[in-house]
Amino acid sequence: MAEYALFLGCIMPLRYPGIETATMEVAKALEMDMEVLEGTSCCPAPGVFRSFDRNTWLALGARNLALAEEKGTQIVTVCNGCFGSLWEVADLIEKDEKKKEYANSILKEIGKQYNGGVKVRQLAEILYTEIGLDAIAAKVTNKLDYMKAAVHYGCHYFKPDIVKKIDNRERPKTLDELLEVTGATSVDYRHKNMCCGAGGGVRSRAKEVAQAMTDQKLEAMKESGANCIVDICPFCHLQFDQGQSGLGTSFPVIHLSQLYVMAFGLDEAINGFEAHTVPVKF
Amino acid sequence: MASDNKPKAVDPAFTKSVVDAGADTVTLCFQCGTCTGSCPSGRVTAFRTRVMMRRVQLGFKDDVLPSDELWLCTTCASCDERCPRGVKITDIIMTLRNMAVREGYMAEAHKNTARSLMKTGHAIPLGDAFRKLRETLGLDGEPPTVLTDKEGLEEIKKIVKATGFDKLVG
Ligand code: SF4
Ligand code: SF4
Repeated sequence: MAEYALFLGCIMPLRYPGIETATMEVAKALEMDMEVLEGTSCCPAPGVFRSFDRNTWLALGARNLALAEEKGTQIVTVCNGCFGSLWEVADLIEKDEKKKEYANSILKEIGKQYNGGVKVRQLAEILYTEIGLDAIAAKVTNKLDYMKAAVHYGCHYFKPDIVKKIDNRERPKTLDELLEVTGATSVDYRHKNMCCGAGGGVRSRAKEVAQAMTDQKLEAMKESGANCIVDICPFCHLQFDQGQSGLGTSFPVIHLSQLYVMAFGLDEAINGFEAHTVPVKF
Repeated sequence: MASDNKPKAVDPAFTKSVVDAGADTVTLCFQCGTCTGSCPSGRVTAFRTRVMMRRVQLGFKDDVLPSDELWLCTTCASCDERCPRGVKITDIIMTLRNMAVREGYMAEAHKNTARSLMKTGHAIPLGDAFRKLRETLGLDGEPPTVLTDKEGLEEIKKIVKATGFDKLVG
């Protein structure tokens, strides 16, 4: 199997499939050896299923990891939820023998086993550390200098930063730099590092509370003079894309993979922007 | 149940059960309020992370487990990254939520999400419009996940049975 296995998850393939096609095309353009990891389920989502029952969360996560282990590949996610769950399940199993034993006692029932060692990555972090800004810049044929983007990192990308060591939680820069390499500007705004509001099962249980958090971010984006939102997570993406009618804003919401499709001059039809509530136009 | 001002029964066994479930750092909290100051949810609601930690320390079980507040945390982890006492707050909230679910406090919306996972292997359904959009994009209408992998879906069903999740959700 390929070096990188794209983990699909739920929101991307089922709500914003353009992120899926965009990710595969961008990987191809950057000569990354990447295939879709087949037979997976929900990661399972960290906010809901870990909240309900950690054992089930661990066992289902371990099954997804076992699929990557069988293929001898690393997992690439383009969703902070999937990244958060799979990274944490892998980390727990690595560090806690009891958790590993429990996970395998359940996997035994389905004739599977997870021995550990599968690397779980976020595409943004691979682009930043392995592919590099220079190689990305070399692919940019369409300067996106008309974009003034409010970047939204999302929580589970770099937190907990003490163990993840991807970026600085108080002053992150990887996504800003990954954006600006396209010629776009990253605008500074209040609440830049704040949660989108959707996580932790809040969107499904108390939608108005999730929306109130989103509104705080949108207000701040408005003040900053941004003309779009750039994210690295389909769930944050959905929260921003579907949550703008109340304030009457119309920031196009663009995932990093979709942004690179635009910057690399690839066929923009693959971005699947027709799934977006807010039209992507400038 | 929203919190009110009526005195609640103190249950020291509750504190112990939270500690025994691995959330022992709750005892380290010295009530500085850094967590509350970091909390995106507390900005828009009456949920106070610091108060929740204190309630656990004092054994105010009935203020914690049935509460709506317990479910207002987005698990953003801003608080526990900043806590000067190393209290693993998000983790403690997870422990409390797991306990709440076992005591039967689970919102209908959450039960439905859990049922979707048990039935399809995914947290949300695939509608016709999205199936068509996938095809327009050159993808298979149904993604190559457990949605199309029958054996894989059977595995998910076996796992949720083996962990007792199916009974827990009901
Ligand atoms: S930041 Fe830590 S010590 Fe301070 S109130 Fe919150 S949990 Fe307690
Ligand atoms: S993890 Fe939960 S309690 Fe802590 S700051 Fe985030 S929303 Fe608030």
